[in-house]
Amino acid sequence: MTYEEQLAAIAMRDERLIVMTAENHAAIRNLPTILGDRFIDVGIAEQTMIGAAAGLALRGRVVIVHALAAFLTMRAFEFIRTDVGIADLPVIMVGGVPGILSDGNGPTHQAIEDVSIMRGIPNVQVFCPADATDLEIGLPHIIASGHPCYIRFTSDVATVAHNSKFHIGRSEVVCGPAQGLRDVTILTYGTMMRYAVEAASMLEAEGICVQVTNMRTLKPVDVQRIVDAAQSSDLVVTIEDHFRTGGLYSIVAETLLDHTITAHVLPIGFGDQWFRPARLSEVLVHHELTGLALARRIISALDEYPMLPQHELSIATHGSTQH
Amino acid sequence: MDLKPLDRPLLSARALRVREHILNMSTDGGCFTGASLSCTDLLVFLYEHVLNIRPDTVSDVNRDYLLLSKGHDVPALYGLFAEIGMIDPQRLRNHLRSTDSIYWHPNRSVPGVEFHSGSLGHLLAVGIGIALDIKLRGGTNRVFVVLGDGELNEGSVWEACWTAVAKKLDNLIVMIDRNHFQANARTEELIPLDPIDAKFKAFGWNAFNVDGHDMDALHAVFSTALTGATRPTVVIASTLRGSGVPSIQERADRWFCNFTHEEVASLINELHGAEQTTLTSETMVVR
Repeated sequence: MTYEEQLAAIAMRDERLIVMTAENHAAIRNLPTILGDRFIDVGIAEQTMIGAAAGLALRGRVVIVHALAAFLTMRAFEFIRTDVGIADLPVIMVGGVPGILSDGNGPTHQAIEDVSIMRGIPNVQVFCPADATDLEIGLPHIIASGHPCYIRFTSDVATVAHNSKFHIGRSEVVCGPAQGLRDVTILTYGTMMRYAVEAASMLEAEGICVQVTNMRTLKPVDVQRIVDAAQSSDLVVTIEDHFRTGGLYSIVAETLLDHTITAHVLPIGFGDQWFRPARLSEVLVHHELTGLALARRIISALDEYPMLPQHELSIATHGSTQH
Repeated sequence: MDLKPLDRPLLSARALRVREHILNMSTDGGCFTGASLSCTDLLVFLYEHVLNIRPDTVSDVNRDYLLLSKGHDVPALYGLFAEIGMIDPQRLRNHLRSTDSIYWHPNRSVPGVEFHSGSLGHLLAVGIGIALDIKLRGGTNRVFVVLGDGELNEGSVWEACWTAVAKKLDNLIVMIDRNHFQANARTEELIPLDPIDAKFKAFGWNAFNVDGHDMDALHAVFSTALTGATRPTVVIASTLRGSGVPSIQERADRWFCNFTHEEVASLINELHGAEQTTLTSETMVVR
């Protein structure tokens, strides 16, 4: 079922549901006909959309709003914080082309601080599905929560089998051992999960035991999984198409400090710079985010720590591992 | 719309009491006295003659909605609520106390407050959402949004303006408290706003001008303004900042006021016709 088919189905059985957009129809182009008056396009007016969504929610509606992630979370930030966040209203904010999915648009469209700023708003949950299936599994739970939520939208076709049991605040292991000691635990979310899984399979082929965890919701976050990653693996890797500041790496750091745990952590994300605008495949190569590049970076990190098992591996010899 | 005849003595007595409440909140930390006094008559009139909001209808799905978008004029609303039985008048004594929620901007823990505000330029959009839902449900209730004139500086007001027209929200009424001042200056000296009615008309709104302190004029406008409207309506109410208290009226330096107890007593006497107060308390620049 596509995203819009799912929304249509939910709207049919839940008359509270209203779908809004700031003239962004990419994922919901068939809904105006299906939903009629319950589809509201306010034009290119993200602030008005969020304020009006708050008004609709005050009247008992559950409102799902759509705009490009950068404009939704930043142009309308104060409306989200003030009208939706303070009032704790059931407004679900779906951000299109987040992270590297904005590929060739350039820095204006790059939402790579969206997780950071959305998770800073009291009452606002953050859900970052890895692909369309992950989104489909999680969406009913987000709607049922009765609280605001930011969703980092993706329509990517799934490359792994997801756990159909979804709990807000709980992650899923998508490859490698679910528990027990391992060499590496990769914590990731969203679009980057598939490349993390590719990297893990390459590392497994080299005899490195790797678990990949799809975080699903970053707020609330699966604290236990982060603690377990630090306690059960030699190296924890965070992979995200987001600034390192404020995203998953920051969340992991906060969580480990809260529990007085130290760990070797390799943060893979964007530093204090925008990413190079290009076709997605080119962005991945340029920023060393392909499965192969990630595998190399992880091996290089393992080698940096003398106390960890050393890996003399063929994969590490292919080109530079510097970044 | 059909309005009941004016009860002038009731309205003027109530407005006087509301102004006393505002002045009583203008000490021990103070409040936005000037902006509260300017919209007092407007609120008194709306709650008595136009809105179907009473203590027993504050949760009714068919109630009208009044949203105070500029927000810092909330002492006028709370003073009025105390007078019409919406809240216990004793609560006003809790102004700025941590044990209650009576502070400088509105919040929903006070019965009758539909939504919090304080950040300018928000509640027209929120009002659009409420008005849209009323339409979806086939309701006949209406949404009134009180904007400050200085608030018109915010781009989000104008963004929302044409969304309201596009969605044909004839159940949406904006009231502008046109007191000609913003925080520190006269509006026309900082960001000239006139003509406001022409701007709204250009956006597709019905626009009316009225003296916001003249109950007969308000009665006349609201008797006709909302009849047969097919578009959103704006009523631009010309008012005086600090209205009713000559010693602070139309003074740029008396927006936020934190008077001494003696000054408050003297200003209340002034409301009742005594001569002007000699103010010694410091003028406040809070923005």
